[in-house]
Amino acid sequence: MPIFDPHIHMTSRTTRDYEEMFHAGVRAVVEPAFWLGQPRTSPGSFIDYFDGLIGWEPFRASQFGITHHCTIALNPKEANDPRLAEVIDLLPRYLVKDQVVAVGEIGYDAMTPEEDLAFSRQLALAIEYGLPALVHTPHRDKAAGTRRTLDVVKESGIAPERVTVDHLNELTVRMVLESGCWAGFSVYPDTKMDEDRMVAILKEYGTERVLVNSAADWGRSDPLKTRKVGDAMLAAGFTEDDVQTVLWHNPRAFYAQSGRLDLPGGHDADAVEYAGNSVLRGVAKEA
Amino acid sequence: MNTTPTAVTSETLHASLAGVLSDEALTWIEDARATLGRAPERVTFYSAITALRCGRAPLGAALPGWTADDAVRVLLLCALRPGLADGPLADRVEEVYRQGDSAERRAVLRALPLLKLARHCQSLLRDALRTNDPRLIGAALGPCATALDQRAWRDGVLKCVFVGVPLTEVAGLRERMDADLLRMFGDYAAERRAAGRPVPDDLAAFLDLKED
Repeated sequence: MPIFDPHIHMTSRTTRDYEEMFHAGVRAVVEPAFWLGQPRTSPGSFIDYFDGLIGWEPFRASQFGITHHCTIALNPKEANDPRLAEVIDLLPRYLVKDQVVAVGEIGYDAMTPEEDLAFSRQLALAIEYGLPALVHTPHRDKAAGTRRTLDVVKESGIAPERVTVDHLNELTVRMVLESGCWAGFSVYPDTKMDEDRMVAILKEYGTERVLVNSAADWGRSDPLKTRKVGDAMLAAGFTEDDVQTVLWHNPRAFYAQSGRLDLPGGHDADAVEYAGNSVLRGVAKEA
Repeated sequence: MNTTPTAVTSETLHASLAGVLSDEALTWIEDARATLGRAPERVTFYSAITALRCGRAPLGAALPGWTADDAVRVLLLCALRPGLADGPLADRVEEVYRQGDSAERRAVLRALPLLKLARHCQSLLRDALRTNDPRLIGAALGPCATALDQRAWRDGVLKCVFVGVPLTEVAGLRERMDADLLRMFGDYAAERRAAGRPVPDDLAAFLDLKED
């Protein structure tokens, strides 16, 4: 069962996590730029963070057989800190890099005017640089925040199929799928979403344009949640093909819109899955 | 054991790319080089998008360890040369390194000898040697390593052994080898034996030399 985790903060994880993820079948990850728990105080901190996302972290992942790409943005929380306003001016130099497959995480935390501005400016950058966008939805006031998010996405002019709206739940999934955007779900040990609720959502809404991620970071989280959702899907009667759609084909299709996704076996979808000698083919045989 | 990587020139790079890249990509390179002659500040942009335009195909036996994007980036950096004196050229090259990902940084290190800038850019070599990324460490000990003083060079070579960079990547290793580095190799081998761990083959070859 080859797995692509479309949202995981590996900078905060250990080498043992990488080993266990590989063992569970994870072969590709996307690490979105987000906040670090401890607030940053200067744009220079972001330069070092972004450099790590395109430099050290993909190297670290490669040592464990996992392909690492990232998304780059000023996150919604820190968009509220006036000391960091110029981070947005630094983004263009990162948005042309090979490893960068989307603008993100952008969106809302507390839905302030500063967040409005950062969100719309960064959606414009996604259009300008030909990148998809990964949009975080707020943990508080989620339904209202998601509705407002979809309005801003629509107003920006970006094609909805180039946007993932993330951290959804039972109350926000329908409006996102109806908008034409991709629906992202972060499966956590006890908040956001769990495996069984995820399976129920997949039964109700199907597998099309649905992404499942672990969003594992420095908080209580589990980098193997993608695999656990796959197992729960099989136990609930979904087929292997359904699992592959959700855990491999969908994230690959979403980020491939960047033109920069470089997975083992090459860009060509068939090469990735069917080439007899590819790494992923070997995994499929083991599974 | 071949300890001296083949000398690379812009002619060998052009020749190796001609067999690998499409006409479209080759035209893109020429256009980019012409633009950089007029507008050197664009080099960070062109360096970043090189692999998207030209791919990363290996260049084969003539340039082992080189990929198409490496060679193209080096040619782009060389296009800055005619228009700039050493100082401003070094500033531009340093900017590409500082803003680059690991592949771009490696290309800068590989370009330094062709640009005759290794001495101006010693700080970049030292930066690369402080990383734990074998691609950068190996590149810093390639032909550009003539700019490193003997102490920094010895430490870099020993770091290669530590992180698994083959010593064949170190330019002029046998010529530059000295008693201090042989002693460091010997001490490291002793540490490995004391820990019950194997002595890397690369190291063993030099320790045999010492006993000769």
